[in-house]
Amino acid sequence: MGKSHEVSRRDFVKIVTGVAGTVIGAGITLPAVGYVLDPAIKSGGSGKENWIALGPLEKYPIGEPTPFNFTRTEINGWEKTFSTNGLFVLRKSDTEVEVLSNVCTHLGCRVAWHEDKGEFICPCHDGVFDKDGNVISGPPPRPLDNYEYKIEDGNLFVLFKEG
Amino acid sequence: MASKIYQWLDERLGFDDLYKGLLDRPEPRGTWWNTLGSATLFLFTIQVLTGIFLLVYYTPSPDHAYDSIQYIMNGVAFGWLIRGIHHWSATLMVLLVFLHMLRVFFTASYKFPRELTWMIGVLLLLTTLGMGLTGYLLPWNQRSYFATTVATEIAGLVPWAGPFITRTMRGGNDLSALTLSRFFAAHVWLLPLTLAALIGVHLYLIIRHGESEYPTEED
Repeated sequence: MGKSHEVSRRDFVKIVTGVAGTVIGAGITLPAVGYVLDPAIKSGGSGKENWIALGPLEKYPIGEPTPFNFTRTEINGWEKTFSTNGLFVLRKSDTEVEVLSNVCTHLGCRVAWHEDKGEFICPCHDGVFDKDGNVISGPPPRPLDNYEYKIEDGNLFVLFKEG
Repeated sequence: MASKIYQWLDERLGFDDLYKGLLDRPEPRGTWWNTLGSATLFLFTIQVLTGIFLLVYYTPSPDHAYDSIQYIMNGVAFGWLIRGIHHWSATLMVLLVFLHMLRVFFTASYKFPRELTWMIGVLLLLTTLGMGLTGYLLPWNQRSYFATTVATEIAGLVPWAGPFITRTMRGGNDLSALTLSRFFAAHVWLLPLTLAALIGVHLYLIIRHGESEYPTEED
C-alpha cells in the first residue's frame, strides 16, 4: 500500500454511497416539495381587481342595508370553481353610500342582516355588528370590511380584489 | 454528544443488534444478479412514495380522472417528473421481478429450505402484475379503457364462473365509474398492503435462511 491510499476501500464505498444517496434523495425530495406546494405558490398574490356593477343607485333605499350577491369563477386545477360573494349596500344619502362585506371578520362565515333587531349577526359564533358594521358583541376582532366604491352616471360600482 | 444520544437510544431500541441481525449477516459470495431482489424492493419504495404524491391531485372519477392527470402533467410543477418516475419504475419493477425469478430458478435457490420463499415470491409476482393491471386503468384514456375491457373479457373466459368474475371486476356489466373506483381502491390500498405484507414475510424468510450458495459442478 502506498502512502496515497489514505482512504480505505470500505470508507470510499461508504462515502460514494452517502453522496449518491444524498444526490438522489435531494433530486426526488426537492421536486416533490415543489409539486405539493405548487397551487399555493401560483395562487398567491394574483392581486386581480375588478369593478363590479351593482346597478342604479336609486335601487337601494336610504338607511336600510340591502344585500347584493355576485358570483366569481376561477379555474382551480381541472375544475371551474364558482364562488358566491355577498355584500350589503347601505345608502346614507343621495350620493353617499357604505358598502359592507358580508364576511365575518372572526373566521369567515357570512353574516345576515336582521331587520327586526337592526343588527348583522354571524350564525357561527354569535358575532353581532351594528348597521355600520361596528362590532357590538361576540368574538369578531374588527368591524366588517368596507368595499371601495364609485358612482358613475348614477350607477354604483364596487372594487373586488381577488384572494 | 451525538454518540451519547445514540448510546441512550441504542440501549433502549437495540439498533446494533438489529443491524447485525438484519444487515451484517454472513453471506456467500454473490454476483450482481443477487441484487435484483433488493432492486425490486427499492422500486417498490419509489412506487409507494411517488404514488402518495400522485394521490395529492389524482381524482378517481370518470368526470375528472383524465383532466386531473392532464393537470398533473401540464399544470403542476414537477408533476411530469413524479408521474414519469411512477410510470417507468412500474414498468421496470415488472421486468426486475421476472429477472429475479429467473435468477432464483437458475441458481436453484428455491430448493429446501427455501420453498416457502419461492411460493411467497409467486404471490408477489401475481400481486405486482395486479398493480400493473389496476394502475393501467386509472388515466382513464382510450388505451386504458380498452385495455381493461380486454383484460376483464379475458377473465370472463374462465369456464362456468367467467361472467361472474367479469362482473365482479367491473362492478357490473359495463366498464363504468364503479370499475374505476374499485380498480383505484385495489391499486392504492388492497394490493399495496398485500404486497407490503408479503414482502415482510419474504424478507423474514431470506434473513432466517440466509442467501443460498451458488451450486457447484457436483450439484
